[in-house]
Amino acid sequence: MPNTKTVVPYSGTPEQEAQLKAVIAEYKDVPGGTMPVMQQAQEIFGYLPEEVQIMIAEGMGIPLEEVYGISTFYSLYNLNPKGRYKITVCLGTACYVKGSQAILDKIVARLGCPVGSISKDGKYSVDATRCVGACGLAPVMMVNDDVYGRMTPDQVDDVLAKYK
Amino acid sequence: MNFVRAHVLVCTGTGCSSAGADGIISAFEEQLKKNGLDEEVRVVKTGCLGLCAKGPNVVVYPEGVYYNYVSAEDVPEIVEEHLLKGRPVTRLIHGDAEDASKATNLTDTAFYKDQVRIALRNCGVINPEDIDEYIAYDGYAALAKVLTEMTPQQVIDEIKASGLKGRGGAGFPTGLKWQFAANSPGPVKYACCNADEGDPGAFMDRSVLEGDPHSVLEAMTIAGYAIGATEGYIYVRAEYPIAVERLKKALEQSHEYGFLGKNIFGTDFSFDIGIRLGSGAFVCGEETALMVSIEGKRGEPRCRPPYPAVKGLFGKPTILNNVETYANVCWIINHGAEAYAALGTEGSKGTKVFALGGKINNTGLVEIPMGTPLRQIIEEIGGGVPNGKKFKAVQTGGPSGACIPASQIDVPIDYENLTRIGAMMGSGGMIVLDEDDCMVDIAKFFLQFTVDESCGKCSPCRIGIKRMYDILDRITAGQGTLEDLDTLEELAAHIKGNALCGLGQTAPNPVLSTLKNFKDEYVAHVVEKRCPAGSCKALLNYTIDPAKCKGCSACSRVCPADAISGVVRSPFVIDQSKCIKCGSCMEKCKFGAISKG
Repeated sequence: MPNTKTVVPYSGTPEQEAQLKAVIAEYKDVPGGTMPVMQQAQEIFGYLPEEVQIMIAEGMGIPLEEVYGISTFYSLYNLNPKGRYKITVCLGTACYVKGSQAILDKIVARLGCPVGSISKDGKYSVDATRCVGACGLAPVMMVNDDVYGRMTPDQVDDVLAKYK
Repeated sequence: MNFVRAHVLVCTGTGCSSAGADGIISAFEEQLKKNGLDEEVRVVKTGCLGLCAKGPNVVVYPEGVYYNYVSAEDVPEIVEEHLLKGRPVTRLIHGDAEDASKATNLTDTAFYKDQVRIALRNCGVINPEDIDEYIAYDGYAALAKVLTEMTPQQVIDEIKASGLKGRGGAGFPTGLKWQFAANSPGPVKYACCNADEGDPGAFMDRSVLEGDPHSVLEAMTIAGYAIGATEGYIYVRAEYPIAVERLKKALEQSHEYGFLGKNIFGTDFSFDIGIRLGSGAFVCGEETALMVSIEGKRGEPRCRPPYPAVKGLFGKPTILNNVETYANVCWIINHGAEAYAALGTEGSKGTKVFALGGKINNTGLVEIPMGTPLRQIIEEIGGGVPNGKKFKAVQTGGPSGACIPASQIDVPIDYENLTRIGAMMGSGGMIVLDEDDCMVDIAKFFLQFTVDESCGKCSPCRIGIKRMYDILDRITAGQGTLEDLDTLEELAAHIKGNALCGLGQTAPNPVLSTLKNFKDEYVAHVVEKRCPAGSCKALLNYTIDPAKCKGCSACSRVCPADAISGVVRSPFVIDQSKCIKCGSCMEKCKFGAISKG
């Protein structure tokens, strides 16, 4: 379980904190408002470090345990930031049977950065994902918002070379 | 509105967008302007046209000429030749129609001609971001009819008579579900939509939401009227950003037109819909977990009964239907239950959308009448298995589903037949497997998924599935025993009988169905320590054929483990104890001297 503890120090700005306060005020009295707040908090800060979780818990008037419970239950919430280049390889069924595991293995070998982690310089993070819905292009990998379809392991180096 | 003599429809579904549809749209706009055609030809962004494998897809009307694999560089030619001079660009036309002279038209292609599009009726036809286009295609007519001419009970009776069953996978009769919720007393009820499409390899709901969001909102409002709800939620995956954005736009527009909100169509019925984003938990597709998640908690399922129709969201009576189920509702109201029930088989009415993927030529989205034989879907609509490989099986229903072996290819697809052969309909993912796919590895793949996604609340699922996964892992590593196969079956029976929710109860299915239909493959792994499909790495050996090896040393230079040695210009040898089976050497060898087996 790599996603249970924050290891990167918190570096939020007062502007970001003000933004979060505004979101909390909007959802404080909405039934089921905790998750929308956490989703937007992640958009503001890029991830959910302990400090942000405490702000949410105090703002929403719920125990921190509940916020932590939610953030570790759902795979979308990150307790650690992602790399400047966020690499994801689809391991949905359609991509898997067309060999996406070999592509993921090659990326991990090239970057020396295990699945679910971030490279030491903060440049790359590598994740496996379940189906991005572009099954017609299988196997698929993404770097930030760029989609690369019909990949072969040979093409991995060319794709990575674009993100220096 | 200007008179327009031609329309250029550009698919902006996820597949085509990823393949560069946006660049094509701007190229069209630029080229049309350059040729002075921008007043008479209109470019329309549509939802998914279905044939994702050959995207980006473009259709030019009035002729209905269907272009595949279009790139921005092709656009000047299409504009100058087709739109200016009236000569379709034959090299880009989709070419699978039987009759070459008809091959230009979308609906004549082998991929489309046997499809019956009800849930997908507007996908790839209208601009999903424009409510006026939806209205032009009978949009909100069903809601008007329901609110002004029908009682809630009449609506429920109509849905019951249509025979519509839940398209999310379980196949529960929709009308009956609505009846239960209508019968539950109380002033506050909810009509919700499950758009948490989590099956890897399935994208039916996504395409409906991206291509025709209003049809879902309209049907939810109708459901609200039928059961006496004034509020609804649509729970959609955050991983579907295009769908979320189009839903938000659609909500705004229907509020503006008065189709949502207070006193709809001047009646005393009021209804509103909120969007909630899922945050990446497969178990939230289960209805009780989904409702807990809307309430803003960890999405853990609970025991049923009480069913949601009695006690659901925030403790109030709730119905939850899948996107595709809702997509059928307006059509049924407009065309009548009889017309819908005329399609399909005795026990399964209407149509079903499938997402075809894996080893098949026409990867994409298809909608066919219930009862269509699997063979027709694979061989005709799907265009068969690529690269001359042999068809082995179809996996339906994702991690809860099963494999249908090649011997059952003539089975007509409906709920009853699939259950009879030990498979299931599922939500509509259909992954085609060929001779290179190892069935043990596929079963392991799905168990890995359910192990990751188990919420951990009940032990049969949390511990049992993990134990089954461990056994499969051993088998694919060549360390399995024959007793392991019995243990798998025993564990499966316990988990199916005792897990709390649908996720756990169905998780053993991929193992059970492959054990039943492909036992020889399991036995080969266990007894002969061999993977017949040549897929399980640990059971592979790479060897160099001395007769073919020229001693060029390319393999030894690419080997990351220094496992290959030899003297230049004489045959090289692989040290099996060092080999990590990455296959790099085989890719590199120009003489075909390296083989695996």
